[in-house]
Amino acid sequence: MQFMLLFSRQGKLRLQKWYVPLSDKERKKISRDLVQTILARKPKMCSFLEWRDLKIVYKRYASLYFCCAVEDQDNELITLEIIHRYVELLDKYFGSVCELDIIFNFEKAYFILDEFLLGGEAQETSKKNVLKAIEQADLLQEVRIFLYHQIHLL
Amino acid sequence: MPAPIRLRELIRTIRTARTQAEEREMIQKECAAIRSSFREEDNTYRCRNVAKLLYMHMLGYPAHFGQLECLKLIASQKFTDKRIGYLGAMLLLDERQDVHLLMTNCIKNDLNHSTQYVQGLALCTLGCMGSSEMCRDLAGEVEKLLKTSNSYLRKKAALCAVHVIRKVPELMEMFLPATKNLLSEKNHGVLHTSVVLLTEMCERSPDMLAHFRKNEKLVPQLVRILKNLIMSGYSPEHDVSGISDPFLQVRILRLLRILGRSDDDSSEAMNDILAQVATNTETSKNVGNAILYETVLTIMDIKSESGLRVLAINILGRFLLNNDKNIRYVALTSLLKTVQTDHNAVQRHRSTIVDCLKDLDVSIKRRAMELSFALVNGNNIRGMMKELLYFLDSCDPEFKADCASGVFLAAEKYAPSKRWHIDTIMRVLTTAGSYVRDDSVPNLIQLITNSVEMHAYTVQRLYKALLDDISQQPLVQVASWCIGEYGDLLVSGQCEEEEPIQVTEDEVLDVLEGLLVSNLSTPVTRGYSLTAIMKLSTRFTSVNRIKKVVSIYGSSIDVELQQRAVEYNALFKKYDHMRPALLERMPIMEKSASNGPTEIVQTNGETEPSVEPKHPPPVTQPANQANDLLDLLGGNDVVPVIQTTMPTKPASAGGELLDLLGDLSLSGGPAPAPAPSVPTSQPPFLLDGLSSQPLFNDIAAAAIPPMTAYNKNGLKIDFTFERANPNPNIAVITIHASNSTEADMTDFVFQAAVPKTFQLQLLSPSSNVVPALNQGTVTQVIRVLNPQKQQLRMRIKLTYTLKGSPVQDLAEVNNFPPQSWQ
Repeated sequence: MQFMLLFSRQGKLRLQKWYVPLSDKERKKISRDLVQTILARKPKMCSFLEWRDLKIVYKRYASLYFCCAVEDQDNELITLEIIHRYVELLDKYFGSVCELDIIFNFEKAYFILDEFLLGGEAQETSKKNVLKAIEQADLLQEVRIFLYHQIHLL
Repeated sequence: MPAPIRLRELIRTIRTARTQAEEREMIQKECAAIRSSFREEDNTYRCRNVAKLLYMHMLGYPAHFGQLECLKLIASQKFTDKRIGYLGAMLLLDERQDVHLLMTNCIKNDLNHSTQYVQGLALCTLGCMGSSEMCRDLAGEVEKLLKTSNSYLRKKAALCAVHVIRKVPELMEMFLPATKNLLSEKNHGVLHTSVVLLTEMCERSPDMLAHFRKNEKLVPQLVRILKNLIMSGYSPEHDVSGISDPFLQVRILRLLRILGRSDDDSSEAMNDILAQVATNTETSKNVGNAILYETVLTIMDIKSESGLRVLAINILGRFLLNNDKNIRYVALTSLLKTVQTDHNAVQRHRSTIVDCLKDLDVSIKRRAMELSFALVNGNNIRGMMKELLYFLDSCDPEFKADCASGVFLAAEKYAPSKRWHIDTIMRVLTTAGSYVRDDSVPNLIQLITNSVEMHAYTVQRLYKALLDDISQQPLVQVASWCIGEYGDLLVSGQCEEEEPIQVTEDEVLDVLEGLLVSNLSTPVTRGYSLTAIMKLSTRFTSVNRIKKVVSIYGSSIDVELQQRAVEYNALFKKYDHMRPALLERMPIMEKSASNGPTEIVQTNGETEPSVEPKHPPPVTQPANQANDLLDLLGGNDVVPVIQTTMPTKPASAGGELLDLLGDLSLSGGPAPAPAPSVPTSQPPFLLDGLSSQPLFNDIAAAAIPPMTAYNKNGLKIDFTFERANPNPNIAVITIHASNSTEADMTDFVFQAAVPKTFQLQLLSPSSNVVPALNQGTVTQVIRVLNPQKQQLRMRIKLTYTLKGSPVQDLAEVNNFPPQSWQ
């Protein structure tokens, strides 16, 4: 996967994860253009399209569009499953997730994504394991444990 | 200083803004607060501030001043700080900035941290945006973690290694030992990421691929894992709609594909499992279809037995009938990939594919169109063409050009009859005429010319099409050309194929003249029309009308039209006896490759010599002019030009020209006796007039750039170059003299002299009047023989009369482009 974008029906970006090195300017341009293209598509159309020289896979869940750009050799149908898995994870975590959850807790949405995908590929195929890892990490945050590195102060 | 507001508070506030301006104001205020907080090196709230900055960055506002702060957060000991810090790094930094290199040390430390979630953060960040330098520095740490027994870290290390290999391919070797027992893991996360890592290695290096095939016996291991996934019972942890870990299954199938490609043994070892997956996978949900799709791709790519291939294509055939358009799309894509190798199998699904042309989705339509063209053959051409033409009628403009080209190609290959072919072309021109590619026009003209028995039918149909619609330029151009050629057949009502129409010469000329004046016609089209009208002067009886039209356009503002008209006029006035021969029917053209125009022109060039004897004798140059030049120049280093005297008797074939050049002596004496008759080629314009190929002029230039040789007192002389076939030592220079003053330059004479090692031949000029205000050019051809490939130099002398007074000038031309004499 090269990048994943989440955006609303008004074209507002809610999450952008880039797995290829591009400047801020380039990212903005790509986001803007791609969002326009997808929003212009009719509801009955295919979830896949060729855009510039990329394969785009997108799906709409309620008011949010989930859009991925994948490589030529990637399987589009399984990418749809990846998107669906991510939505399920968000849903489990937030409890019936809606767009507002992602707006107000965007950093958590990123953390969950980073436990599911790494470098554009799935790192964990078990829903349970992803959620467990997030839970544990959140715990570390809440209890505010001060972490000590392996240097002992005498 | 009060505590900075919380992240959620800020988000809430910003969302209350009613206008863009209001939002911008809030953001600017908050940014200022954050900036001062950063300046104060506030450790407590740095995390909160950076988080807010990230939110504002997502809205599109600049956040670069937070980059260093992210690094400070990463270096902090608090987990919350690290989490936000790494997130910020991934969002705000990219490898183009130097700042990110400062992260390397932090990441190194964190890779060795005692808490696995910190290690995880570091691995994730490195694997997402690590630059080549960072990867080089930290590859060792990643490799270490790849061997750990902690599956949480191992899976992340595997994907991090993938990123390292992508960035620094030379490091691939160092990860090889660690891959030894990756596949014996039970943990699916590790299995999945390991398969991704192995795939990356096999794709990048054929040596690795061979190693994994033979030494590691990867295929049996993968087959075993896949089998377990399919056969094992329900596993709640990995189940998706009744299928166990589809993500892993798909990745394994993809790796099998790479291992089985061009390798018989591997392919055989996986035959059974592929058949099993293909037949047993549940197809009611997208998940199952995703696995089937991957299976089909693998079967088609490895050396599978034919039974398996047929199974795969049938799966695709079933996909085509699926209600889900995503599945149909994927099927069409796959069929397109396999149509070359398994043509017959795909043919069986032709009707379903053709139905997809009517689909509402653009991507599906495009795929279906490409696939349809791939399936056209001699047997199904009539039926397929009907469908494709119907598609052409109704499709979106973005498809029309490609579809039209496809139709032409298919028609050319498989046309069952000439009439069918021409009908098909007519249909395309009338329905999608404006989208047809430029090179189609000459190709079609060639096709029509060669279908001799269809001339009457073709011209009749084209004429009728013109009556309906003159807006589609390719159609109009082809039609004008045909009417010009076959107008006699049109008015004589000779059509066999269909009911002949009754049309008079005047009606035909009305239509052609209509094209000339219409706003819809492009200059190129007008050129076609004028030439067509001219040709009809030998086929129709109403010559006077044609003469009138031609003379009117002699003063057209369009230089091309004007030139043509002037020359046609000359044809009427001075060389009327030449006219029938010049304008006679075009011969059958050589069948050319895609370089249609070039070939046609060359053929014309070859047939020209037979017509040359009828070329009008140009103005003869008095012999003593050579003497004048010598006197003028004095020095011995320049040889006078030998000007040809025009023959009054018929010329012979073009080959003698070269002989002549060989015969010319280089003595400094006065003008030589007239050499054996030289068939001079008229300046290109007449050829242009005959062939009506607007591209002809472009061919002449080839690769040598034109130059301006002289530009003074309103007289400008440009040189254009081409190489003469077959002798590459001869450069053919065409001079173009134009006059930007208000009065004509009459009695214009151009003379040239070259150094001793060259030989020069000056052919007759097109005229000796250079019209005022750049309304036309005088052209003249110079042939320069340069056997020693020396640098070309030339002295030119110009004489003309302007407003009654004679003008004379000498000039040196030294700025010849190197390509003209090398």
